Amino acid sequence: MTAPTSLYGLLAEFADPEELVEATQQVHQAGYRRIDAFSPMPIEGLAEAMNFRRTKIPLVILIGGIVGGIAGYVLQYWVAVIAYPVNIGGRPLHSWPAFIPVTFEVTILFGAIAGVLGMLALNGLPRPHHPLFGVPAFSHASRDRFFLCIEASDEKFVEQETRELLHRTGAKEVFDVPR
Amino acid sequence: MSDAQDKPAATEAGHSKFLTGDYTFGTVTDKISAVVLSGQTPRSWYVGFAIAFSLVMLLLWAITWLFVKGVGIWGINIPVSWGFAIVNFVWWIGIGHAGTLISAILLLLRQQWRTSINRFAEAMTLFAVACAGLFPLLHLGRPEYFYYLIPYPATTGVWPQFRSPLMWDFFAVSIYATVSLLFWYVGLIPDMATLRDKAKGKFAQITYGILSMGWRGSARHWLRYQRAYLILAGLAAPLVVSVHSIVSFDFSVTIVPGWHSTIFPPYFVAGAIYSGFAMVLTIAIPLRAVYRLHDLVTDRHLDNMAKVLLASGLVVAYGYLMEIFMAWYSGSQFEQYMILNRLFGPYGWCYWLLIACNVVIPQLLWFRAVRRSVPWLFMLALMINLGMWLERFVIVVVSLHRDFVPSSWGMYVPSFWDWATLFGSMGLFAALLFLFIRMLPMISIFEMRELLEESQGESQ
Repeated sequence: MTAPTSLYGLLAEFADPEELVEATQQVHQAGYRRIDAFSPMPIEGLAEAMNFRRTKIPLVILIGGIVGGIAGYVLQYWVAVIAYPVNIGGRPLHSWPAFIPVTFEVTILFGAIAGVLGMLALNGLPRPHHPLFGVPAFSHASRDRFFLCIEASDEKFVEQETRELLHRTGAKEVFDVPR
Repeated sequence: MSDAQDKPAATEAGHSKFLTGDYTFGTVTDKISAVVLSGQTPRSWYVGFAIAFSLVMLLLWAITWLFVKGVGIWGINIPVSWGFAIVNFVWWIGIGHAGTLISAILLLLRQQWRTSINRFAEAMTLFAVACAGLFPLLHLGRPEYFYYLIPYPATTGVWPQFRSPLMWDFFAVSIYATVSLLFWYVGLIPDMATLRDKAKGKFAQITYGILSMGWRGSARHWLRYQRAYLILAGLAAPLVVSVHSIVSFDFSVTIVPGWHSTIFPPYFVAGAIYSGFAMVLTIAIPLRAVYRLHDLVTDRHLDNMAKVLLASGLVVAYGYLMEIFMAWYSGSQFEQYMILNRLFGPYGWCYWLLIACNVVIPQLLWFRAVRRSVPWLFMLALMINLGMWLERFVIVVVSLHRDFVPSSWGMYVPSFWDWATLFGSMGLFAALLFLFIRMLPMISIFEMRELLEESQGESQ
């Protein structure tokens, strides 16, 4: 907590995915927790290197699907039995086999919407601006470069020490990220 | 097709890989994004877009006249009350299915070759579904009341009838369109971020910036992203099967001979995959020739798609055979007459042309030389597109024109407006594709980088 308030954090650039994973592991082992790694594509083992393994996404989608299935069936039941009962050839009003296709489709719809909105919400997106975009080199994070950021708000963050640690882990260059 | 004659640079050595040529993360990014960002649009794009756009104008003209005069301008009448509109609807929705199949099912099966083709196949899905969605609405005698299909608390107190396959169809198609759009957009988010960071102009930066939602490529984000994408694929895979099954219920739940059949759902799904892959090839071959993407969409991709065509074509052929067998085995004189009429009646030539296009000629795909020959593949793909359209024509029109009572038999002749709407919808499809190619990366950039990383890892 000794960081100057003008600094969001330090951003280190690495040459390739393997080095980034290794560096992330070392930084995490050194006790830093407010860290994040950035890469142009998903890299296996990178999130795990920060001890980030579980996401709530599957649960969110499951709940969305269940809600959708119930909503779809209840809608049809309510329409066909309560709101607008129509006798078709003496068949029961609650003719459930005919309600299965729409129930299935609505399950998928709610599950998919929950998945997309849930993924964006958990990721904190949309977020048009972020301090990292203030580093010109960071625009290559979506092309071919690999970055590791240690935030100044980390408890262990001491500007000089953290900078040295990043250099020790093999960073090509270390940038200051203005707040 | 002169474009297709352009032989790829990939040699025998390259066949075993899905990514030939010396690419790095940077160069593969530059190559794909250059199509959008360089501003150098090939002349063939302008020519193609102009043709497609004129057809869109034709479509608008046909639709306007339809709204003014009503469905009487088409060739439909009793007994054939389902004409081109329903034929085109089923054809387009079937074409859409290959996109979801490539993006979802091949993802779940971890087929690497999907990476180069999934993005434009998904775009193809969206645009095909957009074309398909037009037809049932146009086909309504009073299209201004289409919203009666939506279950909402109306002041009339009337609610939709959920026992009707047409309601299932409305839900299936609209949900399919929505989920396909979501899936496509989620796939695009990281690539939009790439375009945002690479764009030079202010307008492009802001537009792609908004669309990318501030994607930063954070490792935590990637993990959630991948998990969500995989589950979405898992949801889309059964969805695509259900959609065409439900489309087939529109027919098989009725009692018309030639429609009332339990083989329809699987047979329709196989037909959808068949026609969809044919359309993916029809698009991929000119695209890679014009934009010189031979090292990204390799001959091996085309070969794999040809194999899928062959397999799904055989399932479709089994469907044709079973229809004939079941008509005989049912012992129903109406079913038997339906088949005889289909084979030797006034529309018999449609049936034989469809058998030639869908069953006989595609057997050439057994030969490796044909699968490796771009002009042959392109011709076969066009033929299968035609054959699958004829299949729907035979199912819809030929079944209806002679049913139970000979005194109510009749003939169907499409009018100019029928043709104008069909070709107009093709123009709409092509125009949307042209705009997509110009404005969004037609190959998934981040997945190509991922593929590159994996293949480099293997070679080390």
